[in-house]
Amino acid sequence: MSTSGPISSGGHPTPRSRRVLITGLSSQWGGRVAQLLEQDEAIDVLVGVDTADPRHELERTEFVRVGSDDSLLRRIIRAAAIDTILDTRLLPDGFADANVGKELAGVDATRSLLAACGGEDSPVRKFVFKSSADYYGAGKDDPSFFSEEMMRTRMPRTALEWDVALGEAAVNEFAADNPGLTVTTLRCTTAVGSDLRSPHLALLALPMVPSILGFDPRWQFVHEDDVLGAMAYAVQHTLPGAYNVAGDGVLALSEIVSLLGKAPLPVLPPWGSVFASRQLRRFGLPMPVELVRDLRHGRGLDNRRLKSAGYRFRYTSREAVLRLRAHHRLQPLLGSGDDSYRYEREVEEFLRWSPSVRPALEPGAEAPSGEGRKTAAPISAYDELTVAELLAVIGSLEATQMRELRAHEAAGPRRKAVLEALDQQLMRRGG
Amino acid sequence: MGEDEPALTAAGTEIVTRQAAGELDGHEPLREQLPGIEADRNLTDWGQSQRVTALADATVMRFLFDYWNRVEVEGIEWIPRTGGALLVANRAGQLRLDAGLIAKAVAQGSGGGSQSGRHLQVATSRTYSEVPGLGMVVTKLGGVLAHPANLQRLLFDEQALVLVFPEGDGASSKPLRWRYRLRKFERIELLQAAMRARVPIIPVAVVGSEEAMPTFASLSALKLPLIGSVRLGLPLPLPAKVRLRFLKPISTGDLGEAPWRDRTLAHELAEEIRGLLQENLFEMVAARRSVWLG
Repeated sequence: MSTSGPISSGGHPTPRSRRVLITGLSSQWGGRVAQLLEQDEAIDVLVGVDTADPRHELERTEFVRVGSDDSLLRRIIRAAAIDTILDTRLLPDGFADANVGKELAGVDATRSLLAACGGEDSPVRKFVFKSSADYYGAGKDDPSFFSEEMMRTRMPRTALEWDVALGEAAVNEFAADNPGLTVTTLRCTTAVGSDLRSPHLALLALPMVPSILGFDPRWQFVHEDDVLGAMAYAVQHTLPGAYNVAGDGVLALSEIVSLLGKAPLPVLPPWGSVFASRQLRRFGLPMPVELVRDLRHGRGLDNRRLKSAGYRFRYTSREAVLRLRAHHRLQPLLGSGDDSYRYEREVEEFLRWSPSVRPALEPGAEAPSGEGRKTAAPISAYDELTVAELLAVIGSLEATQMRELRAHEAAGPRRKAVLEALDQQLMRRGG
Repeated sequence: MGEDEPALTAAGTEIVTRQAAGELDGHEPLREQLPGIEADRNLTDWGQSQRVTALADATVMRFLFDYWNRVEVEGIEWIPRTGGALLVANRAGQLRLDAGLIAKAVAQGSGGGSQSGRHLQVATSRTYSEVPGLGMVVTKLGGVLAHPANLQRLLFDEQALVLVFPEGDGASSKPLRWRYRLRKFERIELLQAAMRARVPIIPVAVVGSEEAMPTFASLSALKLPLIGSVRLGLPLPLPAKVRLRFLKPISTGDLGEAPWRDRTLAHELAEEIRGLLQENLFEMVAARRSVWLG
């Protein structure tokens, strides 16, 4: 584990993060990254703030309902001696997370958070800011691969683009004012994942994918696991500066469509495509201006800085698209597992703080994680079941059973559809 | 789609040049982090399609190269076997078929199988990439937008061969009576990219393509929104004899500490290359007996 990557411009190695505050806990990103960081034993305290109830089952993260009131945030940060802030709120995946509501946290929330963690006696040593590749925009003068020092070639035009630009500007200013802090900006490109919702994914989920006639833009993706991984990596290591988070490889839209096994539908005219996209919106297809611009110009990111800082991407862009295809095919079988967890404040508090709760054996601690070892079949007559029968059964299993089944399958028949279905279910339950 | 918003190109380019010069230089480890090639893919990360390129090469380009324009190549041995290099050619004629002919010459190598050829990436202008359909095809055929950052990645990181036409867009709309007179190089930043990547510059003199794809008149005063200027030319190339002459590479490795920051030096280099190309062009035009037969 190298604490200082090859590019450690002026950053002193910050001590290991032990007390972490996550903003936007109720969003997909905040909740999932909290689940990931809970597994890190070195982190003592995890505090999550948001305005809505968390949607993810969390073991030890403490939830505080607070908006973007800087004096309250400041009190929380001082009281809990928070040393690391992870700000996930700005535009979950480019646009509003459909489950939370259409409202964007916006740049004001970032500003007040920065105000809350600044100051002479602040315990904060590290600030990790999740930004978006919308920072670079998409235009005809763009280089084929944006690296971190580059700027967008055109002025921001939409509210979303301004939010990203101003948010990053505020963070940069904060970094300049507090040279002792490690400030990391992660610019994530379009993320692909089973539970994510974004206009890009909505477009790709259609039976035929609309595109602009005469244009075949280059798109790049990142798998949601890599976004989470990069956020956790930034918390666990010292990465000063901006980093692009994007999987290896840039795909053409036509290539993506054929990987998904669909057909392209060039219905948008090359001129006036924004106007035409508004007409598509009437049919229930969200087509924001940014998406139309992506359909025309596309964008590629240079991810080499994050890679040379030591992070290893798990999926390339192409592999992320292949995962998306598997998800598209499995979705009718699995249904939506959205309401599997509901946050009950009293229950959570009881489980965390009541003296009556005995420290039970961690269910995940004993689950066999090592692959390649032959295990007894967790379901009777497991080996006689067909793939389709298995898929029907999987949804009704407990998480521990699923982990056993996963290990068994990995050790034995290694059927791809079964493994993918198990992974997806486990991911959904926060495994 | 409104295209009249303020473009920050100049500032953007400057920042790219400055930042990349200061920060990226000396970071050769970044080269090792280039994404690997996924075997199942038909496209490169730049958007080039092997299938489309091979198809065009086997049909149109082969026909033009061997039978229609009967391309004759000199000095192909100056193309290095490994490492990046920037090829600088005189822009001649409509439709960038001359770029395709040079690419084919480089791909064939010296012939006879003794020296296998190399792939040549062509830096294209934005004017073409914005035309619906055409831009798509150009990208599929291996065109890359002529942006200094793209050239840096290709030349330095990927050690590729790149062809540029530094005369800029205006050159292909010059009328027929101005043929074979080089314009002042507009795209100095492309030469600076080669200086920064420390790769040699190979001038390429092209004779014949101006007659093969002539421009009779240019209606640039109309300022049409999409194309910029309408040029009256021919829909198909004429069967003029085309000669390519690759010149001795000009080294950029010994120009000092950080030569790309010195725009004056780049201008001097540009003038040197331009003079060399002009000299060779006049020599080749003077030596040919017939436009069509060579």
